[in-house]
Amino acid sequence: MPVPMIEAVEVAKTFRVRARRGGLRRARTAVRAVDGVSFAIEPGEFVGYLGPNGAGKSTTIKMLTGILTATSGSLRVCGLDPSRRRGALARRIGVVFGQRTTLWWDLPLRDSLALVRRMYRVEPAAHRARLAELTALLELAPFLDTPVRQLSLGQRMRGDLAAALLHDPELLVLDEPTIGLDVVSKATVRGFLERTNAERGTTILLTTHDLGDIERLCRRVMIIDHGRLAYDGGLDGLRRTVAADRMLVVELARPGPRIVLADGETGAGPIEAERVEGPRQWLRLPRAANAAAVVAALARDHEVRDIALRETGIEEVLAGLYRGDHAYWCSGRPVAP
Amino acid sequence: MGVLPWVWWYGFRRHLAYPMGSLAEALTNTAFGFMRAYILLALWEARPSLGGYDATDAVTFCFLTQALIEPVRVFGGMDLTQRVRTGDVAIDLHRPVGLQSWWLADDLGRAAGSLALRGAPPLVAGALVFGLRGPGPAGLAAFAAATLLGVLVSFGLRYLVALGTFWLHDERGLQSVTMVLSLFFSGMVLPLVVLPGRLGTLAHALPWAAQLQVPADVFLGRLTGADLAAALAFQAGWAAVLLAAGAALTGAARRRLVIHGG
Repeated sequence: MPVPMIEAVEVAKTFRVRARRGGLRRARTAVRAVDGVSFAIEPGEFVGYLGPNGAGKSTTIKMLTGILTATSGSLRVCGLDPSRRRGALARRIGVVFGQRTTLWWDLPLRDSLALVRRMYRVEPAAHRARLAELTALLELAPFLDTPVRQLSLGQRMRGDLAAALLHDPELLVLDEPTIGLDVVSKATVRGFLERTNAERGTTILLTTHDLGDIERLCRRVMIIDHGRLAYDGGLDGLRRTVAADRMLVVELARPGPRIVLADGETGAGPIEAERVEGPRQWLRLPRAANAAAVVAALARDHEVRDIALRETGIEEVLAGLYRGDHAYWCSGRPVAP
Repeated sequence: MGVLPWVWWYGFRRHLAYPMGSLAEALTNTAFGFMRAYILLALWEARPSLGGYDATDAVTFCFLTQALIEPVRVFGGMDLTQRVRTGDVAIDLHRPVGLQSWWLADDLGRAAGSLALRGAPPLVAGALVFGLRGPGPAGLAAFAAATLLGVLVSFGLRYLVALGTFWLHDERGLQSVTMVLSLFFSGMVLPLVVLPGRLGTLAHALPWAAQLQVPADVFLGRLTGADLAAALAFQAGWAAVLLAAGAALTGAARRRLVIHGG
């Protein structure tokens, strides 16, 4: 069996926070930012790591890279203990913190990339080849000689990606790499990550709030909430498990009374339109409802102009999860607490 | 060759990246040099040969220290402090290079860059208006060594302040206390030679004396032979102590680290 790229067993991180209690009194409280997280990521996987703000994503990433030391639990990345073997690990992984930059602000991008070669002791020939490849894939050529401070956010992010990958790491850890990027830049970054994973076999762990990133790139997602892993599995599984309702929007010929469908017409209990706006009405169909039967009943009893059935997007699924809305979260494969 | 000489070189270049800003600061340093010079001249007119300096020594001390303000960072502060505050230090901590050695290389580059851009104007202006005392070739070499050691001591002190931010989460308190100490005990307010009795002895023993007073005394040719060796050893001793403390504290800071701003 191959060694997992990342193996976390009951990893926890506690921060001590001092809060004001009026006047000069301070109370020390312990905050468990990560509260016993276990998972394994195999070589070649592309995993999305999701969760609301403050859920513990960035803390996890900083433990994975050895910047922070776990309070308890065991963590191996590339077979190494990150906090003890930080230097050795850094040579084998690449990290991009979307909101920060590794590049030298006042110097041309080319110089920052040259320093990466010195830092990771890459052979000059290998470096030249890799730089040429990354320059082509990330379209860096037009701004290689521009000081980093003059780059647009999208250009800078591409520069940071190149810097993280120049030493050809086995694992790439990305903390919100598309934050603030326009659609074109996002597409470039996503296409690049997809190729890096598919062609070089680089394992990628991606933290993001951009669900477009997740839907396009990740076969597997892990969701962390309140420091605990709430879900670990496929994206499709996530959609299925959260028992998503569908929304039927029906436009009638003229405004009418609120539509009510009887039990026999839906296959899943009676349904009443939850919203009425003039001739338009919105009916929420539970997963068990038979949409075809509902449409047939509507067409029989009303003069219907138009009809649209909307699947719940991944965004609504997650919003439900983050709110702790357990109506969304009733079956499937949540990680055992 | 390791990466650190390149970090030095990049630190040097990034401080040459804004020549107009540096020129403006050099002019400010020069203007303040004249104010300080006239105050010192008034003092030396009332008390000639105060502390063993004559008036030319005092004026030379004044313009030399103005030239060294930025290279030895008398006012304190370094980019690392900001990076701890904002959490950008996460980037530094991820690198496979020690935090202190990385920032020392960067800071020596910074010092060389600021010496190149900001060192000459105050000295040239002072020399043209007052006529300054300068060292010969041997003295110049000793002065270069003393200045390098002064920068090392200055870095050691500022690095400890930056690390303090890991504990205090905000550097302003520590920064202002150390700035006052630095201004007074480095000789920026008055040359340390004028301080009387125990205060003078204390001032000459503290690490801030290594930042400006020792390089200035070497420049003025007041330290030769065994005295010079003792002075350089004094600087090197403080540099070693401070850098060792920095190394020990880096480990402690790592363990209690909180990265700000997510």
